[in-house]
Amino acid sequence: MCTDCGCSPADPHHHDHDHDHDHHHGHAPLPRTLRVEESLLAKNDRLAERNRGRFSAFRLLVLNLVSSPGSGKTTILERTLADLGKELSFAVLEGDQQTANDAERIAATGVPVKQINTGAGCHLDAHMVGHGVDAFDLAATDILMIENVGNLVCPASFDLGEDHKVAVLSVTEGEDKPLKYPHMFRAADLLLINKIDLLPHLRFDLEKCKTFARQVNPGIEILELSCQSGEGMEAWYAWLRSRVATKKKPSSPQPSSL
Amino acid sequence: MHELGITQSIVDIAVRTALEQGATRVRSVTVEIGELAGVVADSVAFCFEACRAGTLLEDAELIIEAIPGKARCSGCGAENPVDQYTFACPACGAFTLERLQGEELQIREMEID
Repeated sequence: MCTDCGCSPADPHHHDHDHDHDHHHGHAPLPRTLRVEESLLAKNDRLAERNRGRFSAFRLLVLNLVSSPGSGKTTILERTLADLGKELSFAVLEGDQQTANDAERIAATGVPVKQINTGAGCHLDAHMVGHGVDAFDLAATDILMIENVGNLVCPASFDLGEDHKVAVLSVTEGEDKPLKYPHMFRAADLLLINKIDLLPHLRFDLEKCKTFARQVNPGIEILELSCQSGEGMEAWYAWLRSRVATKKKPSSPQPSSL
Repeated sequence: MHELGITQSIVDIAVRTALEQGATRVRSVTVEIGELAGVVADSVAFCFEACRAGTLLEDAELIIEAIPGKARCSGCGAENPVDQYTFACPACGAFTLERLQGEELQIREMEID
């Protein structure tokens, strides 16, 4: 936001720039101060909007899965693809610093997958995703799943053009993660609390975890599930189905077929 | 360490703007980093040393202005300073804070020759 008048960068309003030193008198130019007011995420945000436009043209539901490493994102995807693969068509972008292990696991389900290795990079950005989806037939896809690099910090700041960030938190991680990494849980629309089959063996306070998540983000939806026992998977699938249905619904009334 | 990419953006935007203005060097760049933006100012300052090398910003000073967080409670209407770990309204305790300030992340101005 502009600090002078409070307008947002999108406002059709231009600031007067300081042109005091535009005159040339044959001596070394004096230093000039320029107002810039450009967001440091502007480039990523522009590319994310471009991705979003492309995805919406295909009425594609796009989810950005974010979590710490080892929370079970890939296992959730494997199980989801296996259970819903006949009903909905998926494509998966896999982000990791190194290896194609996750992509190989997804490929084994028969779903189109593309691995993005970020090397030293700690997050996916909109540019990588824009190129990554070139590998897919988007017209034949209902849901694009983007599995971000396992990291509860950096991916929160980077819009990829997704419809929703979905945070995954496994019960072995401790119930206070939403308080420790609030940026991520604020950015997510849905929280999947995973590995709940392990609850009898842990001192994880499920209700406290949900309370913490809602303190950080009062609007967050929360589902509890286990890919091992299958508990809670149906609610996740229902969530996916309803979001796909909303996507496919024409935004304007269909022309009458008289 | 997403601060490295953020810092690279500072240098990229400053170089592009300087070239547009026909500048021969950049003396200083002033960036605003809100305290709720999830970006560590010290890391940006550290990365700046590496990112500016060999550019028009070679000798430039990086001025970081920290913008404190401020939020309004939609329940009781109180406005209070907040940090990124403040979730409850300091006045009434409700978890209904709307952030008013502190998420800024932008180059505000630069000084060029």
